[in-house]
Amino acid sequence: MEWFEIGHIDDIPLRGARCVMTPQGKIAIFRTADNEVHAIEDMCPHKKGPLSQGIVHDASVTCPLHNWVISLETGQARGADEGSVKTFPLRVENGMIFMLLGEEALVAAE
Amino acid sequence: MTQKLVIIGNGMAPGRMLEHLFETDPNAYEVTIFNAEPRVNYNRLNLSYVLAGEKTYEDIITHSDDWYAEHGITLHKGAKVSQIERDAKTVTSENGITASYDKLVIATGSSPFIIPVPGHELPGVMVYRDLDDVEKMMEVSKGKGKAVVIGGGLLGLEAAAGLKEQGMDVTVLHLMPTLMERQLDPAAAYLLERAIEQRGIKVMTKANTHAILGVDKVEAVKLDDGTILDADIVVMAVGIRPSTQLAKEIGLDVGRGILVDDVMRTSDPDIYALGECVEHRNMVYGLVAPLYEMGKVLADHLTGGAAEYAGSVTNTKLKVSGINLFSGGDFAEGDDREEIVLRDAVAGVYKRLILKDNRIIGIVLYGETSDGAWFFDMLKKGTDISEMRETLIFGQAYQGGSPLDPTAAVAALPDDADICDCNGVCKSQIVDAIKGKGLTTFDEVKAHTKASNSCGTCAGLVQQVMQLTLGDAFNADAITPMCGCTDLGHNEVRHLIVTKGLKSIPAVMQELEWKTSCGCAKCRPALNYYLVCDFPDEYADDYQSRFINERVHANIQKDGTYSVVPRMWGGVTSSDELRAIADVVDKFKIPTVKVTGGQRIDMLGIKKEDLPYVWADLGKAGFVSGHAYAKGLRTVKTCVGTDWCRFGTQDSTGLGIKLEKFMWGSWTPAKVKLAVSGCPRNCAEATCKDIGVVCVDSGYEIHFAGAAGLEIKGTEVLCRVKTEEEAMEYIVALTQMYREQAHYLERIYKWAKRIGYDEIRKAIVDDAAKRAAYYDRFVFSQKFAQVDPWSERVSGKDKHEFNPMATVGFPQAAE
Repeated sequence: MEWFEIGHIDDIPLRGARCVMTPQGKIAIFRTADNEVHAIEDMCPHKKGPLSQGIVHDASVTCPLHNWVISLETGQARGADEGSVKTFPLRVENGMIFMLLGEEALVAAE
Repeated sequence: MTQKLVIIGNGMAPGRMLEHLFETDPNAYEVTIFNAEPRVNYNRLNLSYVLAGEKTYEDIITHSDDWYAEHGITLHKGAKVSQIERDAKTVTSENGITASYDKLVIATGSSPFIIPVPGHELPGVMVYRDLDDVEKMMEVSKGKGKAVVIGGGLLGLEAAAGLKEQGMDVTVLHLMPTLMERQLDPAAAYLLERAIEQRGIKVMTKANTHAILGVDKVEAVKLDDGTILDADIVVMAVGIRPSTQLAKEIGLDVGRGILVDDVMRTSDPDIYALGECVEHRNMVYGLVAPLYEMGKVLADHLTGGAAEYAGSVTNTKLKVSGINLFSGGDFAEGDDREEIVLRDAVAGVYKRLILKDNRIIGIVLYGETSDGAWFFDMLKKGTDISEMRETLIFGQAYQGGSPLDPTAAVAALPDDADICDCNGVCKSQIVDAIKGKGLTTFDEVKAHTKASNSCGTCAGLVQQVMQLTLGDAFNADAITPMCGCTDLGHNEVRHLIVTKGLKSIPAVMQELEWKTSCGCAKCRPALNYYLVCDFPDEYADDYQSRFINERVHANIQKDGTYSVVPRMWGGVTSSDELRAIADVVDKFKIPTVKVTGGQRIDMLGIKKEDLPYVWADLGKAGFVSGHAYAKGLRTVKTCVGTDWCRFGTQDSTGLGIKLEKFMWGSWTPAKVKLAVSGCPRNCAEATCKDIGVVCVDSGYEIHFAGAAGLEIKGTEVLCRVKTEEEAMEYIVALTQMYREQAHYLERIYKWAKRIGYDEIRKAIVDDAAKRAAYYDRFVFSQKFAQVDPWSERVSGKDKHEFNPMATVGFPQAAE
């Protein structure tokens, strides 16, 4: 496991998202209205929609393709839909965001 | 034997620590304090009252000279420590005083952060930290002139309020979109901004300082967007950083602050640190409560106790008189969390509690904060609130009452507030008619008052007025709410936005008592559209409340790539344009090129990162965005008309191009597609469009409310006109009426059916004044809408949308 610096919190618009490219694929980094940051796989469990492109509300994002609502904290689909995406731990220090990438990511990179 | 305790710094943290120390064992230590400020200990939190002229320095002293004497403390005022000898265990000040210690406490606090913009060293640029700063400000301001405060956080706002009290003309600049964003959610920040502005302080958010201008002294502040604000003084209140210089020089472990363990011990076992200069478990604190808690722990430790500091949960209060706000804990949302929100639009109250496992974990209170301490106490103690959950939000004194009334927003409207704009019926007329004539049904009220008798958008409001007047005697047809965040329907929300002059999403959510703090993907795009439509000049479009297509100005496809449709006015193109498209297709290896139903060329499968480059190349060939992604004017389809066609009766191509050039860029409730056919053979298929024109020998037949999608419906005829100019005026006026009345995502045919075709004909055809007013409002809003979004993005706008934030974890990056 390793922490990677991925950028400053102000690089992400409030209630918005940016992507980080990793050996595990695209990871979406969200910033909520309350200035919390969350990282999840950028792929909706429904039809692989890019969640980073959705509308962010509360600690959730609504997928741009078919309006599934995914929790940014747990990665679980909310409401009647069932499915989940991976989440990744983040740490913020002085506004800089660090993401913990698992060993599988690093192994996959070799 | 009495040990020697030396303290560097005489702020609030060591002051409180000493109080505890003397309480436990007054004789344990012989205490010496070095204070860089030439004063005794005062309550820094109350500086804002001094600046506001509500208190004097004497009022805020916590420990007087007598107190130091009484406890046998040697206080060196105005003595800044410059040296510490760890081996010899001595400290020496700049003015040559040396003292030896057994235990040393560093409490150097923090210093204000100065943004290193050009001009930051000019006289007149100041910070807001200690009494000297306050005296300097009061000296310079002397009740007149202009002040610019940089930073809309706690300190900045307190400084601004103080300077305003001193009589200055004050502007607050804040980098973020909302004030105090670390402590408040957007709803509370909206109320705060309103209250600050009501005091005559100007607030500019999203304002990034570019430079401070002036020759010998401050003269103005220049922002990134080029705005220049005159200023006699500039106060920087953007944050603090721990003062760790001294600790660093003597080799203590320092991170962001001086690193301490749970008994406030630094990496030297005889040196302790506390207050704003320390970093404990990755946290640095800038509020008073944690400093007091640290002081208590350190006092206990120094007198042989076993207390440990486990970090603090903090809360914030703004000390500007007349503004009540309180926030504490963690107020982010999540699905293991629930929230209770109480809004009272009339009283300007917003309360939000965030619960997790039946315990309060976060609190935001605005307007009414008397229960802040009670809530915060339960938060710290982890009190289980399930027993009082239903009534919790009403506070400690709550003794029972009725559930919230969904008609409160209507109840709050004054008697002379217009309910029905079409027929000029105000609230009291409806109330009087109900009471005077004994009306009980909606139809009766409509018949007697004429309210809701025309466009019908106020039906919900009229029913709510009836509900209020008749109580349980009235049973309205249920209003369909916009979404789960409100009980109000689209009509009511649209109407109240205009009546109450609500000009931002947080304003709408607060004043209309939204049940969630941040809305959802259903209501936010709708509100954003309503505000863009109603206040084209004043409303700042909220891109984060738009669907992705409108945010990046392209159409998202099932695989996450995008499609791009350049505008081809009236469906007419040229060899140069086609060549440019062909070149773009080759250069970016665009997999599919397709002719659309609206006579345009669609390029599909473009990677998001490539979009700005694709647009740059298209822009060079003269293309602008075709808005194929927008809830807005899409395409005007035409046939070749009199230019070529042997049956053509008018220049249908020319009219189509004119309409498109006039109307492009406008946002509408749902997509709008037009067509102009040159003769009744109707090759442009104008009779199934949102708005269509069929040219005839004697002029132009205008059609509307067609559909050829989910439903198939031929158009209705609006009227016939003689000239092109008239055709333009009628079509534009009709579009504006639709823009102002329809529900978000409601196509023209649905809107027209809902309010009645004759209502539309009455407004657009029969009433020349109304038609002209609609036309003028459309023209006005176009001034702000007709900006090519593609060229804006080629020049760098919203750059973050198109690039990944970082690339990490790959072998070379992992080195």
